[in-house]
Amino acid sequence: MSPPSATLPAIAVAGLAKTYGDVQAVAGIDFTVSQGSVTALLGGNGAGKTTTIAMLLGLLKPSAGSITVLGTDMLHDRHAVLPRLNFSSPYVDLPHRLTVRQNLRVFAQLYDVPGPKQRIAQLAQKLDFTTLLDRPAGALSAGQKTRVALAKALINRPELLLLDEPTASLDPDTADWVRGLLEDYRAERGATILLASHNMAEVERLCDQVLMMKQGRIVDRGTPTELIERYGRDNLEEVFLDIARGRGKAAQPAQAETAA
Amino acid sequence: MSGEIFGFSANRIGAMLRRHAYLLTGSWARIIDIIYWPAVQMIMWGFLTQFLAGKTSYVAQAFGILLAGLMLWDSLFRVQLSVAISFLEEMWSRNLGNLFVSPLRPSEFAASVLLMGVIRTLLGMIPVSLMAWLFFDFSIYSMGFALAGFFANLVLFGWAIGIAVCGLVMRYGLGAENIAWAATFLFLPVAAVYYPVTVLPVWLQAVAWSLPPAYVFEGMRALLIDGAFRGDLMLGALGLNILYLGLGFAAFLGWFEASRRRGQLLGQGE
Repeated sequence: MSPPSATLPAIAVAGLAKTYGDVQAVAGIDFTVSQGSVTALLGGNGAGKTTTIAMLLGLLKPSAGSITVLGTDMLHDRHAVLPRLNFSSPYVDLPHRLTVRQNLRVFAQLYDVPGPKQRIAQLAQKLDFTTLLDRPAGALSAGQKTRVALAKALINRPELLLLDEPTASLDPDTADWVRGLLEDYRAERGATILLASHNMAEVERLCDQVLMMKQGRIVDRGTPTELIERYGRDNLEEVFLDIARGRGKAAQPAQAETAA
Repeated sequence: MSGEIFGFSANRIGAMLRRHAYLLTGSWARIIDIIYWPAVQMIMWGFLTQFLAGKTSYVAQAFGILLAGLMLWDSLFRVQLSVAISFLEEMWSRNLGNLFVSPLRPSEFAASVLLMGVIRTLLGMIPVSLMAWLFFDFSIYSMGFALAGFFANLVLFGWAIGIAVCGLVMRYGLGAENIAWAATFLFLPVAAVYYPVTVLPVWLQAVAWSLPPAYVFEGMRALLIDGAFRGDLMLGALGLNILYLGLGFAAFLGWFEASRRRGQLLGQGE
């Protein structure tokens, strides 16, 4: 395991593209994510967020471009870095017939986690599902599943956490509590987090950097405050709507290039 | 990482076996399903054998020939099906994305489903072989060490078909799921399970001899009828199995990469 370097970005993406026949899902994007930062991929449905995350994880092969994660070339040596990252996504699930404890035990072994029983107990306590440990994963509510999926994502204490809609299906109280947990984890572990979200309040609260995506391209980027000021809006949701609908300052053609 | 040889981790394969052990021990329905069909088939063929033994000298000469053929054929079928089901469990539960983002390598995943294929087959076939001995006074173990050779060759061929089927279903999705149940039966007419290869038309005999099962079942008949162990047939089967296993793995890895290109590892499921 190579030691983290403060100067090395956690993620460096150059010219990343994915096409399916005539459809361009991601159209040659470039970005870096600093170590220890929280970055959001924002965009409407079909903007290319999940495709980008899938390529970063190595689940999807890019049509072009390069991806370096924690100093490792993901396209040629992804298995060297996979023990150091993890993810959760609403597009995957844990086996329904296994209990929560059994599922986490399997993933603890896959990630070679030392003291798996203690780690599972610790996560269950932290994410408040100790009473659910011996319940089949298929019998959980949507919110409970999200918390267990997050526990799976944290089981190996990842240096890099990729989260696709981490608070989807959660009530506002639980979602807020999960955001607090992610803030704590980042502070304790010095971890880097990249998340895709439709929740603008979440992004404003958690993120140091926002990458605004539309039709497979990064059309703007900056801190939440910078973006709000740049678009002359009160909050990120209004910025999102400007970009999605091509209105206000988003209608000015030079905007994206200037920001990039 | 502990327990790794050339990046191949026994610990990660163990994790996958643990996952399937949890599944099996937590579900009586799955255990019963493993034993049920082989048992029903064995009982039906056992009575048929008893009936035919009094009618034909061929069956009377080697009473267990049909039962042995059935049990060995079922071993091949069960290995292939069990490999496919162990894989399908991940598809059904939409777990492939979680697995392939973990340090688990595709080759380790393949190794785990192949091992589960053998474990599930033994869980089904050992009780059934004991039932054959109990109900029909036929012990397949009377074939001695030769049985191990027959079984090993059929396991290897079952692995080859099973792993290729896994790749196919991964690439084409659960719409191709039925192939998991049907694949092995494509070979049944030319596998020479219940009749010798010479019964087949000449052109089909060439097809039969290009497949390992024909060697195994001819070897089985040589042992049960003539009392002779045909090492040449076992070696022929082994040579072909190495070829087919290589092709099966190449197909699996090729379809895995095709799935990665098409984005099918994320979100496949029911």
